[in-house]
Amino acid sequence: MGMTMTQKILAAHAGLDRVEAGQLIEADLDLVLGNDITSPVAIKEMEKMNVDGVFDKDKIALVPDHFVPNKDIKSAEHCKCVREFAYRNKITNYFEVGEMGIEHALLPEKGLTVAGDVIIGADSHTCTYGALGAFSTGVGSTDMAAGMATGKAWFKVPSAIRFNLVGKPSEWVSGKDVILHIIGMIGVDGALYKSMEFTGEGVKNLTMDDRFTIANMAIEAGGKNGIFPVDELAVAYMKEHSDKPYKIYEADEDAVYDEEYTIDLSTLRPTIAFPHLPENTKTIDEIKEDIKIDQVVIGSCTNGRIDDMRIAAKVLKGRHVAKGLRCIVIPATQAVYMQAMEEGLLKIFIEAGAVVSTPTCGPCLGGYMGILAQGERCVSTTNRNFVGRMGHVESEIYLASPAVAAASAIEGKISCP
Amino acid sequence: MKAAKGLVFKYGDNVDTDVIIPARYLNSSEPKELAAHCMEDIDKEFINKVKEGDIIVATKNFGCGSSREHAPIAIKAAGVSCVIAETFARIFYRNAINIGLPIIECPEAAKDIDAGDTVEVNFDTGVITDITKGTTYKGQAFPEFMQKIIAAGGLVNYINRK
Repeated sequence: MGMTMTQKILAAHAGLDRVEAGQLIEADLDLVLGNDITSPVAIKEMEKMNVDGVFDKDKIALVPDHFVPNKDIKSAEHCKCVREFAYRNKITNYFEVGEMGIEHALLPEKGLTVAGDVIIGADSHTCTYGALGAFSTGVGSTDMAAGMATGKAWFKVPSAIRFNLVGKPSEWVSGKDVILHIIGMIGVDGALYKSMEFTGEGVKNLTMDDRFTIANMAIEAGGKNGIFPVDELAVAYMKEHSDKPYKIYEADEDAVYDEEYTIDLSTLRPTIAFPHLPENTKTIDEIKEDIKIDQVVIGSCTNGRIDDMRIAAKVLKGRHVAKGLRCIVIPATQAVYMQAMEEGLLKIFIEAGAVVSTPTCGPCLGGYMGILAQGERCVSTTNRNFVGRMGHVESEIYLASPAVAAASAIEGKISCP
Repeated sequence: MKAAKGLVFKYGDNVDTDVIIPARYLNSSEPKELAAHCMEDIDKEFINKVKEGDIIVATKNFGCGSSREHAPIAIKAAGVSCVIAETFARIFYRNAINIGLPIIECPEAAKDIDAGDTVEVNFDTGVITDITKGTTYKGQAFPEFMQKIIAAGGLVNYINRK
């Protein structure tokens, strides 16, 4: 019986020839990640351990991104705690305001995540790096602490679901629509404890930014990780961004999957997740009534990359957001921000009546920079539409692609370009 | 490991970490401060009613969403002695073990047990008893490796002892 791509990476990092689903292993880590919410708890836990500093100062990434620039005194204290820990331990990859970005957009861009790596991060969307053929998964702060101290983590080897992608998405259909379609199909626990392995000739029709978006939301189906094969496009991305050595793993021909789905990308339509779960999806054609909205957010670790900015700008160019609607655009990193500026995208956003923010996770998790009042509705390119996620418990979040979000901002109701 | 015994608070599917502890309170990591807002967005009365030893019972995918360890920390600091669910989201599952919050998967118990029942959980045997109803269920026992972590009082102590 063969191994899946994920199982091969885990076996190699556990020093084993082979592993099976359900097996408990201890794996060596290539990178341990934390942010300003999760790291302070991890740092406190690590201080209780009988260890002398971190296992490798080059293999830890600390990215304050959730409540920065500091939103209040308590957040400032958390960031200070992370900063002091980073300096004390000479952490190479600590990213201060001015160089930081939303962690899951930033780390691939900085070349810190490459194919074949095993990565844990104290943030659930750590699964993003599967787009580059890495095994990466979200953990909590104590796992992060143990990872920083020992360079190891325990895992239960997951079984997998295979998504065979075929065909080419039509205009205005992006990675966000692909993953919302999948979550709508299998549910928010459809891949619980499992790998989501994306394969098939359709992969070549997805940009790297599409793949980051898809892998990013594997957790919204309960998945342990999402992973893509490493093709020429992924190799080109790594060569452009990284000088770290990478290793390409491929699933065995006879790998066993719990389930297999074939998805024809050419048949997908712009897809929207209705409140209050990412699985409550409808295609744009299934929405018959007018759904009036108060706010649009375009950004986040899911959809704050340059492709996303370009699509939003294409829709907003020469147009204006609806009267009374707030449109908040958040390029995910300083490099995306700069690129968007050089391409004239920021001008398009501002002329359209949108605001452009420095990188932050802020509104996605109801932190700051776009909190919703009672009864308000938001179309957001973020990843969760749980009760109260972006503000008042009686507010509503509709998850969508940058194209749908931008078109909705113009119309003041859920719309498609 | 000491058995858990208490009154049940019952919830449904997909109780996410945003309702267990909303992000607007994550500018703190103090267990007592977090506990004061535990379950606030799904059950405003929870924190007023919960007593030391009480038990949360929910159906599938409990703890889905964010990786915030603040969620099991808030539940534990609120006095909850055990969470029983049909299934747990995987990061919550790891976090609960790592911080020493007892959890147990048992679809039958999760379905049958009602709010307000008195329930006892024996972690050594995995047996869940609904004292109010007079019924018993066999929960999923932890693999030996995880039992060792829990017995040590969490991952930090486990690593320190190794």
